[in-house]
Amino acid sequence: MATLEITTTVDAKGLSCPMPIVKTAQGVKPLPSGALIELLATDPGSVKDVAAWCRSTGNELVEESVEDAVFRFVIRKK
Amino acid sequence: MTTETLEPTTEVLPIDPFSAAFAEAQPDAEVPTKELVIVNWSGELDRIWPTLILASTAAASGVRCKVFVTFWGLLPFVRDGVRLTGDNWMQRMLSFMQQPGIDHLKLSKMNFFGMGPWMIGRLRKQYNIASPRELLDAATALGVEFIPCQMSMDMFGIKREDLIDGMGDPAGAATAIEIMTEANASLFI
Repeated sequence: MATLEITTTVDAKGLSCPMPIVKTAQGVKPLPSGALIELLATDPGSVKDVAAWCRSTGNELVEESVEDAVFRFVIRKK
Repeated sequence: MTTETLEPTTEVLPIDPFSAAFAEAQPDAEVPTKELVIVNWSGELDRIWPTLILASTAAASGVRCKVFVTFWGLLPFVRDGVRLTGDNWMQRMLSFMQQPGIDHLKLSKMNFFGMGPWMIGRLRKQYNIASPRELLDAATALGVEFIPCQMSMDMFGIKREDLIDGMGDPAGAATAIEIMTEANASLFI
Protein backbone atom coordinates (compact mmCIF):
# COMPACT_ATOMS: atom_id res chain seq x y z
CA MET A 1 0.00 0.00 0.00
CA ALA A 2 2.99 2.23 0.48
CA THR A 3 3.06 4.12 -2.76
CA LEU A 4 2.04 7.45 -1.26
CA GLU A 5 4.34 9.39 0.99
CA ILE A 6 2.43 9.83 4.19
CA THR A 7 3.66 12.67 6.36
CA THR A 8 1.54 12.10 9.42
CA THR A 9 -0.66 9.36 10.77
CA VAL A 10 -3.55 10.17 13.04
CA ASP A 11 -4.55 7.17 15.08
CA ALA A 12 -8.18 7.64 16.10
CA LYS A 13 -8.93 3.96 16.57
CA GLY A 14 -11.47 3.38 19.30
CA LEU A 15 -12.57 7.01 19.36
CA SER A 16 -16.12 8.14 18.71
CA CYS A 17 -17.56 11.11 16.90
CA PRO A 18 -16.35 13.86 16.75
CA MET A 19 -12.83 13.05 17.93
CA PRO A 20 -11.52 11.42 14.70
CA ILE A 21 -12.43 14.62 12.84
CA VAL A 22 -11.12 16.91 15.58
CA LYS A 23 -7.81 15.04 15.62
CA THR A 24 -7.56 14.99 11.83
CA ALA A 25 -8.18 18.74 11.71
CA GLN A 26 -5.39 19.21 14.22
CA GLY A 27 -3.15 16.79 12.36
CA VAL A 28 -3.34 18.62 9.03
CA LYS A 29 -2.84 22.03 10.61
CA PRO A 30 0.97 22.06 10.83
CA LEU A 31 1.42 20.36 7.44
CA PRO A 32 2.33 22.15 4.21
CA SER A 33 -0.15 22.27 1.35
CA GLY A 34 -0.13 19.03 -0.63
CA ALA A 35 1.05 16.90 2.27
CA LEU A 36 -0.62 13.57 2.86
CA ILE A 37 -2.13 12.55 6.15
CA GLU A 38 -3.35 9.11 7.06
CA LEU A 39 -6.27 8.63 9.42
CA LEU A 40 -7.02 5.33 11.10
CA ALA A 41 -10.43 5.02 12.71
CA THR A 42 -12.84 2.36 13.89
CA ASP A 43 -15.93 4.59 14.08
CA PRO A 44 -18.19 3.47 11.18
CA GLY A 45 -19.65 7.01 11.09
CA SER A 46 -16.25 8.31 10.02
CA VAL A 47 -16.81 6.97 6.48
CA LYS A 48 -19.42 9.64 5.81
CA ASP A 49 -17.90 12.18 8.18
CA VAL A 50 -14.41 12.21 6.69
CA ALA A 51 -15.86 12.72 3.20
CA ALA A 52 -18.08 15.55 4.52
CA TRP A 53 -15.17 17.11 6.37
CA CYS A 54 -13.04 17.00 3.21
CA ARG A 55 -15.81 18.72 1.25
CA SER A 56 -16.19 21.42 3.96
CA THR A 57 -12.50 22.11 4.26
CA GLY A 58 -11.44 21.64 0.64
CA ASN A 59 -8.94 18.91 1.48
CA GLU A 60 -8.85 15.95 -0.88
CA LEU A 61 -9.76 12.40 0.11
CA VAL A 62 -7.21 10.45 -1.90
CA GLU A 63 -7.79 6.94 -0.66
CA GLU A 64 -10.09 5.03 1.60
CA SER A 65 -10.05 1.40 2.58
CA VAL A 66 -11.10 -0.90 5.38
CA GLU A 67 -9.16 -3.75 6.88
CA ASP A 68 -10.02 -5.72 10.01
CA ALA A 69 -12.72 -3.18 10.90
CA VAL A 70 -10.18 -0.35 10.76
CA PHE A 71 -10.99 2.40 8.30
CA ARG A 72 -8.01 4.01 6.64
CA PHE A 73 -8.25 7.38 4.92
CA VAL A 74 -5.52 9.23 3.09
CA ILE A 75 -6.13 12.95 2.79
CA ARG A 76 -4.18 15.51 0.81
CA LYS A 77 -4.04 18.92 2.43
CA LYS A 78 -5.44 21.78 0.39
CA MET B 1 14.32 9.49 13.31
CA THR B 2 15.31 9.75 9.62
CA THR B 3 16.44 6.63 7.85
CA GLU B 4 18.18 5.94 4.59
CA THR B 5 15.57 3.46 3.42
CA LEU B 6 13.18 4.10 0.58
CA GLU B 7 10.24 3.32 2.81
CA PRO B 8 7.74 6.16 3.15
CA THR B 9 8.38 8.07 6.33
CA THR B 10 5.45 7.61 8.55
CA GLU B 11 5.51 9.60 11.70
CA VAL B 12 2.80 9.01 14.22
CA LEU B 13 2.13 12.25 15.99
CA PRO B 14 0.51 12.07 19.38
CA ILE B 15 -2.27 14.54 18.82
CA ASP B 16 -3.46 15.75 22.13
CA PRO B 17 -6.30 18.27 21.89
CA PHE B 18 -5.45 19.51 25.36
CA SER B 19 -1.81 20.32 24.70
CA ALA B 20 -0.44 23.83 24.42
CA ALA B 21 0.71 23.05 20.87
CA PHE B 22 -2.85 22.23 19.94
CA ALA B 23 -4.10 25.59 21.19
CA GLU B 24 -1.15 27.38 19.60
CA ALA B 25 -1.96 26.08 16.14
CA GLN B 26 -5.25 27.96 16.29
CA PRO B 27 -6.83 29.83 14.71
CA ASP B 28 -6.43 29.10 11.03
CA ALA B 29 -4.58 31.70 9.01
CA GLU B 30 -7.28 31.56 6.36
CA VAL B 31 -10.53 33.34 7.13
CA PRO B 32 -13.42 30.88 7.39
CA THR B 33 -16.21 31.65 5.00
CA LYS B 34 -19.00 30.09 7.00
CA GLU B 35 -20.22 30.78 10.50
CA LEU B 36 -22.30 28.81 13.00
CA VAL B 37 -23.87 30.36 16.09
CA ILE B 38 -25.29 28.27 18.91
CA VAL B 39 -27.30 29.79 21.73
CA ASN B 40 -26.50 27.50 24.63
CA TRP B 41 -29.47 28.02 26.91
CA SER B 42 -29.69 24.66 28.65
CA GLY B 43 -27.11 23.40 31.08
CA GLU B 44 -28.18 19.78 30.89
CA LEU B 45 -25.90 16.92 29.92
CA ASP B 46 -27.99 15.77 26.98
CA ARG B 47 -28.09 19.28 25.52
CA ILE B 48 -24.62 20.59 26.25
CA TRP B 49 -23.22 17.46 24.65
CA PRO B 50 -24.55 18.18 21.13
CA THR B 51 -23.69 21.85 21.61
CA LEU B 52 -20.05 20.98 22.26
CA ILE B 53 -19.88 18.27 19.58
CA LEU B 54 -21.28 20.61 16.92
CA ALA B 55 -19.14 23.54 18.07
CA SER B 56 -15.88 21.58 18.06
CA THR B 57 -16.69 19.86 14.75
CA ALA B 58 -17.61 23.20 13.16
CA ALA B 59 -14.30 24.68 14.26
CA ALA B 60 -12.46 21.58 13.02
CA SER B 61 -14.22 21.94 9.66
CA GLY B 62 -13.09 25.51 9.18
CA VAL B 63 -16.45 26.97 10.17
CA ARG B 64 -16.17 29.87 12.58
CA CYS B 65 -18.26 29.07 15.63
CA LYS B 66 -19.64 31.32 18.33
CA VAL B 67 -21.61 30.06 21.31
CA PHE B 68 -23.76 32.51 23.22
CA VAL B 69 -23.94 31.08 26.74
CA THR B 70 -27.05 32.06 28.64
CA PHE B 71 -29.34 31.12 31.53
CA TRP B 72 -28.88 27.50 32.75
CA GLY B 73 -26.32 27.09 30.00
CA LEU B 74 -23.93 29.30 31.96
CA LEU B 75 -23.56 26.92 34.90
CA PRO B 76 -21.40 24.27 33.16
CA PHE B 77 -18.96 27.06 32.29
CA VAL B 78 -18.25 27.85 35.91
CA ARG B 79 -14.68 27.03 36.90
CA ASP B 80 -14.02 23.81 38.86
CA GLY B 81 -14.40 24.06 42.61
CA VAL B 82 -16.07 27.47 42.57
CA ARG B 83 -18.84 27.77 45.13
CA LEU B 84 -21.17 30.50 43.95
CA THR B 85 -21.73 32.63 46.99
CA GLY B 86 -23.73 35.32 45.15
CA ASP B 87 -25.19 38.34 46.88
CA ASN B 88 -28.15 36.72 48.58
CA TRP B 89 -29.63 33.43 49.81
CA MET B 90 -31.53 32.73 46.59
CA GLN B 91 -28.36 32.71 44.48
CA ARG B 92 -26.68 30.46 47.05
CA MET B 93 -29.71 28.18 47.07
CA LEU B 94 -29.78 27.92 43.25
CA SER B 95 -26.09 27.07 43.23
CA PHE B 96 -26.80 24.33 45.78
CA MET B 97 -29.77 22.94 43.85
CA GLN B 98 -27.80 22.81 40.61
CA GLN B 99 -24.11 22.46 41.33
CA PRO B 100 -22.20 24.40 38.66
CA GLY B 101 -19.34 23.01 36.58
CA ILE B 102 -18.93 20.73 33.57
CA ASP B 103 -18.73 17.59 35.74
CA HIS B 104 -22.07 18.12 37.49
CA LEU B 105 -24.56 17.90 34.65
CA LYS B 106 -28.07 16.52 34.95
CA LEU B 107 -30.22 14.97 32.25
CA SER B 108 -33.27 16.81 30.92
CA LYS B 109 -35.19 13.54 31.17
CA MET B 110 -34.69 10.32 33.13
CA ASN B 111 -32.37 12.01 35.60
CA PHE B 112 -33.66 9.86 38.49
CA PHE B 113 -31.66 11.68 41.17
CA GLY B 114 -28.39 11.16 39.32
CA MET B 115 -28.97 7.53 38.24
CA GLY B 116 -29.45 8.59 34.59
CA PRO B 117 -26.25 10.64 34.31
CA TRP B 118 -24.33 7.88 36.10
CA MET B 119 -25.49 5.30 33.58
CA ILE B 120 -24.79 7.62 30.65
CA GLY B 121 -21.31 8.16 32.08
CA ARG B 122 -20.73 4.40 32.30
CA LEU B 123 -21.94 3.90 28.72
CA ARG B 124 -19.83 6.80 27.52
CA LYS B 125 -16.68 5.20 28.94
CA GLN B 126 -17.63 1.78 27.63
CA TYR B 127 -17.96 3.12 24.10
CA ASN B 128 -15.02 5.50 24.40
CA ILE B 129 -17.05 8.62 23.69
CA ALA B 130 -15.52 11.99 24.51
CA SER B 131 -16.87 13.54 27.71
CA PRO B 132 -18.34 17.06 27.84
CA ARG B 133 -15.13 18.16 29.56
CA GLU B 134 -12.94 16.75 26.77
CA LEU B 135 -15.20 18.31 24.16
CA LEU B 136 -15.15 21.66 25.93
CA ASP B 137 -11.35 21.60 26.03
CA ALA B 138 -11.21 20.62 22.35
CA ALA B 139 -13.72 23.33 21.39
CA THR B 140 -11.78 26.00 23.29
CA ALA B 141 -8.49 24.85 21.76
CA LEU B 142 -10.02 24.90 18.28
CA GLY B 143 -10.97 28.52 18.73
CA VAL B 144 -14.70 28.31 19.43
CA GLU B 145 -15.76 31.64 20.89
CA PHE B 146 -17.90 31.39 24.03
CA ILE B 147 -19.79 34.57 24.91
CA PRO B 148 -21.36 34.67 28.38
CA CYS B 149 -24.64 36.51 28.89
CA GLN B 150 -24.17 39.41 31.28
CA MET B 151 -27.77 39.39 32.50
CA SER B 152 -27.62 35.68 33.40
CA MET B 153 -24.31 36.23 35.20
CA ASP B 154 -25.91 38.98 37.28
CA MET B 155 -28.96 36.91 38.08
CA PHE B 156 -27.01 33.81 39.16
CA GLY B 157 -24.37 35.88 40.96
CA ILE B 158 -21.60 34.64 38.65
CA LYS B 159 -18.56 36.88 38.34
CA ARG B 160 -16.21 36.97 35.39
CA GLU B 161 -13.50 35.20 37.40
CA ASP B 162 -15.92 32.38 38.31
CA LEU B 163 -16.05 31.37 34.64
CA ILE B 164 -13.51 29.09 32.94
CA ASP B 165 -10.56 30.51 31.02
CA GLY B 166 -11.16 31.31 27.39
CA MET B 167 -14.64 32.81 27.75
CA GLY B 168 -15.14 35.99 25.74
CA ASP B 169 -16.37 39.30 27.07
CA PRO B 170 -19.88 39.18 28.53
CA ALA B 171 -22.55 40.56 26.23
CA GLY B 172 -26.31 40.84 25.85
CA ALA B 173 -29.24 40.06 23.58
CA ALA B 174 -28.29 42.62 20.93
CA THR B 175 -24.96 40.86 20.46
CA ALA B 176 -26.75 37.51 20.24
CA ILE B 177 -29.11 38.90 17.58
CA GLU B 178 -26.25 40.42 15.61
CA ILE B 179 -24.17 37.22 15.48
CA MET B 180 -27.22 35.04 14.82
CA THR B 181 -28.44 37.12 11.90
CA GLU B 182 -24.96 37.28 10.38
CA ALA B 183 -24.31 33.53 10.72
CA ASN B 184 -25.06 30.91 8.06
CA ALA B 185 -26.80 28.79 10.67
CA SER B 186 -27.88 29.41 14.23
CA LEU B 187 -29.23 26.99 16.79
CA PHE B 188 -30.95 27.44 20.14
CA ILE B 189 -30.11 24.44 22.30
